[in-house]
Amino acid sequence: MNQRAPIEEQIDLPFVESLRISFQSLKIRFGRSIITTAGITLGIAFLVSVWTNNEINLALQESGRQSQINTFEETTQQGISTKDIWLIIMSLIVCVVGIANSMLMAVTERFREIGTMKCLGALDGFVVRLFLLESGFQGFSGALIGALLGTLGAIILGLKDYGLDLFFYFPLLPAQPEEGAMQLGVIVVILLGCVLGMILAVIGSSFPAWRAAKLPPAEAMRTEV
Amino acid sequence: MADIVVKTEDVVKEYRMGSNVLRALDGINIEINRGEYISLMGPSGSGKSTLFNMIGALDRPTEGRVYIDGQNMSQLSQRQIAAFRCHRVGYIFQSYNLLHVRSAHGNVTLPMIFAGIPEKERDEKAEKLLDMVGLGDRIYHLPDELSGGQRQRVAIARALANDPSIILADEPTANLDTITGREIIDLIKRLNKEQGVTVISATHDLKMLDVSDRIVDIRDGLVERIRNRDEIEIEVGEVGGE
Ligand SMILES: Nc1ncnc2c1ncn2[C@@H]1O[C@H](COP(=O)(O)OP(=O)(O)OP(=O)(O)O)[C@@H](O)[C@H]1O
Ligand SMILES: [Mg+2]
Repeated sequence: MNQRAPIEEQIDLPFVESLRISFQSLKIRFGRSIITTAGITLGIAFLVSVWTNNEINLALQESGRQSQINTFEETTQQGISTKDIWLIIMSLIVCVVGIANSMLMAVTERFREIGTMKCLGALDGFVVRLFLLESGFQGFSGALIGALLGTLGAIILGLKDYGLDLFFYFPLLPAQPEEGAMQLGVIVVILLGCVLGMILAVIGSSFPAWRAAKLPPAEAMRTEV
Repeated sequence: MADIVVKTEDVVKEYRMGSNVLRALDGINIEINRGEYISLMGPSGSGKSTLFNMIGALDRPTEGRVYIDGQNMSQLSQRQIAAFRCHRVGYIFQSYNLLHVRSAHGNVTLPMIFAGIPEKERDEKAEKLLDMVGLGDRIYHLPDELSGGQRQRVAIARALANDPSIILADEPTANLDTITGREIIDLIKRLNKEQGVTVISATHDLKMLDVSDRIVDIRDGLVERIRNRDEIEIEVGEVGGE
């Protein structure tokens, strides 16, 4: 049997090239990208609004106690109530499930694309990197918008409950009252929301993308959505 | 001695679905010469696409070996397989499989991006190839803006991007009308004749018969018979009225 040149090793793509491909893909799929990003935004907005609302309650109850303005009835408790913890956990679950779901959907409908790229010579690593970049960008922008919207929501609720007092005692920065729970402050909550949204989006997208990239292309291309 | 590009040895492919095992290929032995135009024919479900996937390294055989250019494909690393798909084979599918987020030009340049070809060079080549398949005036259209025949032409241009030595086509005309199908077949045949590309095509399309050098009939995962061109011509005369 005639030997031709031995089969060489596939090269890695320069980072800039991957970046370009991922942005082109986000741009052309703009409508779809927006829907996926909106999923992230909603999840984070919900979580951050509940959380910020809780921070506001803590701060204003604290201030109410210190300044002896007994705005709050005797039922006022120190720290976070069980109900609040429950709310935060619930919103965290909603957020995790919502984001994981919208990323999973977005990847699943692209199995065929993944298989096709592998036919054209894409390495598994390239496929994963592409989804990492796309979801990282979507995750960050979606979560940032969500965190800001959530904070806005919590402020509006706070105004309703506390009036303009809210702005005097607004828990912007972390604080440790003499007694009671540590308060994270709204800035930290926003930051945490952004980081969480981005991490969830990246994991939610790269993990299924990695699984799809591992499949033989024939199998990846069979999936019809 | 003939120059053999593709050789399969007792290739078996089983699909496992729960406790059921479906034997889609039941020991396929074929040798394909460089520059040949081979058609794989057979009824639906006979295993044509499965064999296509084995030869193109798009899936792994359960048993047996596939040799391309003398290389045992099961011994290649991931990187070598990716390079093989990128450089040695051009794939054409029934459903085109274009990336719908990339224009005709973007689809044709992608394999060249993976091959590390500089931007200027790949732009020129993409234009040349799209021109050759008759899409010179639709270079920046998205696949959704093209007809079926035009999409298949983009797929052909893309398959040729890195000058492969083998073109694998799985029912490339099945979604096209007779005339468009004929044009696509002529285009593939031209590449086969002028550039010496080996063509391996699964097909139901009788129009493919008279351009083939050999026809491999597949039935129930086995090679039923292999016919040469001269044996075919008589039969083509019979179906010519179609
Ligand atoms: N991924 C899979 N999982 C399970 N069974 C499969 C899979 N792919 C193919 N098969 C089965 O293997 C057999 C051969 O299928 P294949 O697609 O190779 O047929 P084919 O000759 O290409 O048919 P067609 O002309 O309809 O395209 C069929 O019975 C099919 O159901
Ligand atoms: Mg088939």
